[in-house]
Amino acid sequence: MLYFNRWKIFIILGISFASLLFTAPNFISPSALQSLPHWLQMRMPLGLDLQGGSHLLLQMNVDELRKEWLESLSSDVRQNLRQERIGYTGLVTGREDVRVTVRQADQFDAAYNKLRAMARPTSGAIFGHSTTDLDVNRDGSAITLKPTQAAINDRISSAIGSAIETVRRRIDITGTTEPIIQRQGRDRILVQVPGFNDPAKLKELIGKTAKLTFQLVDQTMSVDEAQKGNPPPGSAIYPAQEGEGGPQSYLLQKRVIVSGEDLVDAQPGFDHRTNEPIVTFRFNSSGAQRFGRTTQENVGRPFAIVLDGQVISAPVIRDAILGGSGQISGHFSVEQANTLSILLRSGALPASLDVVEERSVGPSLGADSIASGTLASIIAFFAVATFMILGYGLFGAFSIIALIINIALIMAVLSLMQATLTLPGIAGIALTMGVAVDANVLIYERMREEARSGKSPVLALEAGFSRAYATIIDSHLTGLLGGVILYWLGVGPIRGFAVTLCIGTIASLFTAITLTRLIISTWFHRVRPAEVPL
Amino acid sequence: MAFTFPKPIELVPQGTKIPFVSFFKFFFTLSTVLNLLTIVLLATVGLNFGIDFRGGTLMEIRTQGPADIGALRSTLGGLGLGEIQIQEFGTPENVLIRVSEQPGGEKAQQEAVAKVQGALGSSVEVRRTEVVGSTVSGELLEKAVWAVVLTCLGIFIYVWFRFEWQFALGAIVALVHDVFLTVGVFSAFQIDFDLTVVAALLTILGYSINDTVVIYDRIRENLRKYKKMPLDQLLDLSVNETLSRTIMTVGTTFLALLALYLFGGEVIRGFTFAMLFGVIVGTYSSVFIAAPFLILIGIKRDWSNVKVAPKRSRAGKAAES
Repeated sequence: MLYFNRWKIFIILGISFASLLFTAPNFISPSALQSLPHWLQMRMPLGLDLQGGSHLLLQMNVDELRKEWLESLSSDVRQNLRQERIGYTGLVTGREDVRVTVRQADQFDAAYNKLRAMARPTSGAIFGHSTTDLDVNRDGSAITLKPTQAAINDRISSAIGSAIETVRRRIDITGTTEPIIQRQGRDRILVQVPGFNDPAKLKELIGKTAKLTFQLVDQTMSVDEAQKGNPPPGSAIYPAQEGEGGPQSYLLQKRVIVSGEDLVDAQPGFDHRTNEPIVTFRFNSSGAQRFGRTTQENVGRPFAIVLDGQVISAPVIRDAILGGSGQISGHFSVEQANTLSILLRSGALPASLDVVEERSVGPSLGADSIASGTLASIIAFFAVATFMILGYGLFGAFSIIALIINIALIMAVLSLMQATLTLPGIAGIALTMGVAVDANVLIYERMREEARSGKSPVLALEAGFSRAYATIIDSHLTGLLGGVILYWLGVGPIRGFAVTLCIGTIASLFTAITLTRLIISTWFHRVRPAEVPL
Repeated sequence: MAFTFPKPIELVPQGTKIPFVSFFKFFFTLSTVLNLLTIVLLATVGLNFGIDFRGGTLMEIRTQGPADIGALRSTLGGLGLGEIQIQEFGTPENVLIRVSEQPGGEKAQQEAVAKVQGALGSSVEVRRTEVVGSTVSGELLEKAVWAVVLTCLGIFIYVWFRFEWQFALGAIVALVHDVFLTVGVFSAFQIDFDLTVVAALLTILGYSINDTVVIYDRIRENLRKYKKMPLDQLLDLSVNETLSRTIMTVGTTFLALLALYLFGGEVIRGFTFAMLFGVIVGTYSSVFIAAPFLILIGIKRDWSNVKVAPKRSRAGKAAES
């Protein structure tokens, strides 16, 4: 037990030295860090709770996706039946399906076959069953079309994918470094933005769907008439954006002339006549063509610019707008115009996102946490060191050397793995100090007992290590089990705690058993003591 | 060597014989009473759940100069956001504001945050904002309960494989005891019970089982060594032999935690408090509950053929007791 061959010594010292080496970059100034070789420039990334920043968990409004699908389904049904000249009554868009009643019984089969052909196979066919995206069922003289769960899941999945892209574009425009944007579960997105000091601004950027459409104003009846009676088919009432002097709502044709998807650019600017902040935009060629044709046909009539279902403005078309560019004015502040242009440039979200969890930390609290965490750790270290030296004298000092290497190993592994250090993580390191020496305590207590029972120093030392070994493994493994489950439970900062605790536990196997043994064996061969100093 | 280390202090004098087992009745009764008290507390007062488990908004703000809590209360109370708790947090300038969950879903929660921020004005620095919606808080609570249950189960299985089912049972009784008492203290003093406290509970489980396993290891060793010694004497011997280690380890861990509690800042104080309490309870339960519990259920005495995992041991079990 007390004999080491040269290679083992070399490896143990090598690991110890490497751990100190890779820990060092965490304690030098950023400019000194730059001058280090590239492979040494890794530091522990600090968690949001230490460097400040925002953690947002967003949930997609899945109902919106479904509703949108059902609406387009309903208009497809209308188109299909018209094409076949099949008369129908009551085309109803429900919460989960679209239902249509065929007027004449002899046309029912034709209608059923036509509508059934609308179903498309879904991508993920399970167990060889080919599934479709629609369940088309007959029910008396009615036909219902219901999107299947598999198809809805497919849609959610791709919607989350494109939402992540959009959110990334929006955050990238703000110039924030290294945001984390990833999918969580079925319909959630996790956004972590370090160093962003204004969570309100961040939420404004992420939360807006930013669906922009250009629609014609329906002038066949007034808004009041439409509100009392029924709006004409194909038209609907849209509210105006809040805080405007103009009308409260507009009657617009549902048909979209051009949408935000056809935008190739949007920039904030100022109207050269009124000096009001505006957003200028450019369409792609097909958008420009459609917009040009519609404005040409509707000179003198108003059209509306609609953002997320609210009318921003409804200017009258003076001339055909053929160039494919235009401007939006809506009594914006400079800030609002800027935000809107960012939203338009980065594209619309497939559905709106709700913030279901937010944890934002300001930079000053983060700095305070680093300071108090560091202070507490240093005090913990000296308290533990004093206690160990009082309890075990020279051997206590040996275990403090092992403890220093243990802490260095935790920091080195965090740096190399680029695992985040959080405030609970710092607490984990401090706690590890208390627990890591436990292995040494077990060994030393054992040595003491063996020495008392009359064994010679060399035998007592060896027995101390070999006998304590099983106990150390047992106690460490059960500790690790808790750590792993803690990691699974963890939200951000708590994960950091679990990680440091787990690394610390594994590291203490090395430091307490191997490293301490090497130190004691070296000391023993040099000093040749007559008795164990415990 | 020029410098010599002082002779180590022996915290537990050689040959200490504290009759732990004879206290068992007393402590077992005490612990049972305390556990029942916890159940009563949970049923009547309940836990003061933080926003992690209840949903709602928490904001930590810093005012210029000492905060006027009364003025804050009247300003924020007029916003119509339901119950708002306002309390000093660590220093007179730091204030913790808690807004209960808003009816009307996630959007309403975010609007409440904006309202509070607007009412506070720009002279106040918002140091921390945490908003948890009801879906997430429900999931977190469920996950927390599962984590505690799974950890206990994992430990039970591990101890069962490494020792005997009686040991595993004793360990689990001690663990449940620790979790209960810690939760009981949080209920009795209505301390905020949030996710970090659950993290502390899991860590306590890890610490307490560590302690218990060390004592059990010694018991198993002594069972092989002293085949004829009465069980109560053997348990006493084992606990006494490991007592020095128990005190050293609880000492270092407690000191490290005390440093964290005193200097680690307000943010993790609930966490460190739970840990401090848990380490004491965990040590107590290992010594006074987990070890003597083996007498209560009786253990197999013939360990001569058993190395590690007792698989074929059922037959020899009834011999003793």
